[in-house]
Amino acid sequence: MKSRNNKAWFFVLPVLLLVAVSAVIPLMTVVNYSVQDSFGNNEFFWVGTEWFQELLQSERFHNALQRTLLFSALVLLIEIPLGVAIALAMPRQGVGVSVCLVLMALPLLVPWNVVGTIWQVFSRVDIGLLGYGLANLGIDYNYTQDVLDAWITLIVMDVWHWTSLVVLLSYSGLVAIPEAYYRAARIDGASRWSIFRYIQLPKMKRVLLIAVLLRFMDSFMIYTEPFVVTGGGPGNATTFLSIDLVQMAVGQFDLGPAAAMSLVYFLIILVVCWAFYTVMVNYDQTQDGSGGRHVNE
Amino acid sequence: MATIELQNIAHQYDPQQGSPYALRNLSEIWQDRGAYALLGPSGCGKTTLLNIISGLLRPSEGRVLFDSVDVTELSPEQRNIAQVFQFPVVYDTLSVAENLAFPLRNRGLPKAQIESRVNEVLAMLDLSDRAESIASRLSADDKQKISLGRGLVRTDVKAVLFDEPLTVIDPHLKWHLRTELKKIHRQFQHTMIYVTHDQTEALTFADKVIVMYEGSVVQIGTPPELFQKPQHTFVGRFIGTPGMNIIKVNLRGNSAMLNDQVITLASSYGLTDGPAELGIRPEYIELSADRGLRAAVVAVEDLGRHLLVRTRVDDQIINVIARNGDSIPEVTRLNFESDKLILFRDSRLVEPRTV
Repeated sequence: MKSRNNKAWFFVLPVLLLVAVSAVIPLMTVVNYSVQDSFGNNEFFWVGTEWFQELLQSERFHNALQRTLLFSALVLLIEIPLGVAIALAMPRQGVGVSVCLVLMALPLLVPWNVVGTIWQVFSRVDIGLLGYGLANLGIDYNYTQDVLDAWITLIVMDVWHWTSLVVLLSYSGLVAIPEAYYRAARIDGASRWSIFRYIQLPKMKRVLLIAVLLRFMDSFMIYTEPFVVTGGGPGNATTFLSIDLVQMAVGQFDLGPAAAMSLVYFLIILVVCWAFYTVMVNYDQTQDGSGGRHVNE
Repeated sequence: MATIELQNIAHQYDPQQGSPYALRNLSEIWQDRGAYALLGPSGCGKTTLLNIISGLLRPSEGRVLFDSVDVTELSPEQRNIAQVFQFPVVYDTLSVAENLAFPLRNRGLPKAQIESRVNEVLAMLDLSDRAESIASRLSADDKQKISLGRGLVRTDVKAVLFDEPLTVIDPHLKWHLRTELKKIHRQFQHTMIYVTHDQTEALTFADKVIVMYEGSVVQIGTPPELFQKPQHTFVGRFIGTPGMNIIKVNLRGNSAMLNDQVITLASSYGLTDGPAELGIRPEYIELSADRGLRAAVVAVEDLGRHLLVRTRVDDQIINVIARNGDSIPEVTRLNFESDKLILFRDSRLVEPRTV
């Protein structure tokens, strides 16, 4: 038995090597940077956890983290209900289905920097359709100068870009509900709200958890679009963690603090994903854990 | 509870496309408090008919009346019927008791009344000990009991409709649930309509069985009537395991001819000579050495309790039930119990003339 186990290691070796080269080794270099300081000439000094302590006390990091969390929270609060609402309104049969699905998939196919460029141009007050239009309506809109305008532009852009994902996931959950449920609900005299609350929402729960997870991760790591549209401005108003990180690492070449920040950033995402994963697994267990047979599902 | 009346019901699923009629011109009256079963093979229109009665489907032609009131245009909710589907439908996030309370809450009944009624139904279905469990955790059998319970919880329902409700249930529990249904019917006297393709289910559940075939009702009768006097050759073949033998013959006066062999009929039918069909159940044929039709034995199947002997007369297969242990020769004669013979013409039963 023992020799067999050792052979198994041999077989997973290629994958281990691949993962080592692609993920573990780069990560370790970051870990390496995060505990050292350098003054050029490739000379490094051991500083221990200093960068981490400095980071966790720095106002700059706290502000960027708060901005990123606020952005993720707003994005989730808007995109999840909106996505579910659109999915509910979508047709269930006929040509409308394909038309809607294709329209919904379009924003997802646009490369991220292109999304940024589209909205950057679209929102410009001098030539952009949106910016120019708003200005002509007498609304004082300028995303390069006004903090609120910049935030609204970024949120609207993200909603435009990513709500489709929530729609598609919710729709897949909705169409999987057998017709008998709706018939039973009609016979039980359920209201539209009751049908949503007791049939559609519970049946969509799993896909919605995945939608929330994906949207949280993506929005928490967002970089390209705000970088293209606002560049983190006006001031630091839209400087999210990712933008801050790049400024620190590439702009200021502060490798140590940037590495420490990367690791903390990574850990936050890891912890949140773990929390979601635990919630999902527990939910599945409460659904199936009693040993009951599921013929219908 | 209500008398259900169907007037000239016909249904096409897609009239614009000229799709075939799923139901053709049905007119029936089903009595209040009756237990009816709609029996027929897949695609005969029985579920279509059930959905028309419940209001999930609007018939292309005809009217549905409950207690002489036209309900054709009314929704299932307005008709106040209950329906149990083939697959259990439960509200996953609600407890068993909340599931049962759901139809009552939607109708805005007072809380105390809901509670007492729910407890009653829980006890009736043997679910009292699991009242607070989340419905999605239960087994398929118990889930189907919940679906059933939601149908029975409303005391004022006009009718309870079942659409093959025991399909997903374990065989030994089927028996149990069927008995429960019978008991519930006796106790509460709901008008019940039960759709199934399983003759055992239909015959044990219903007072009256409605046999459907290709969108029409071919016979309504009690289980013994269906067994002894099928009105249509389809009913004869469909009821019984194996079904009735339907033998093509040429009628000449009181004699039925199979090529050169003759079967003399016990009664007079007053029919013109010509093609007809004889019906005889395999139970009423005896293998004989010297009397009856000459036949070749094709196969013998041991069914445990008895033998099923497949024989051939010319090109027609005739099934015979023989006792276990009988020795079966390769060539034999088939002796029919003449008072059990029935006659069909154009697939319809012909009654003998009373002498």
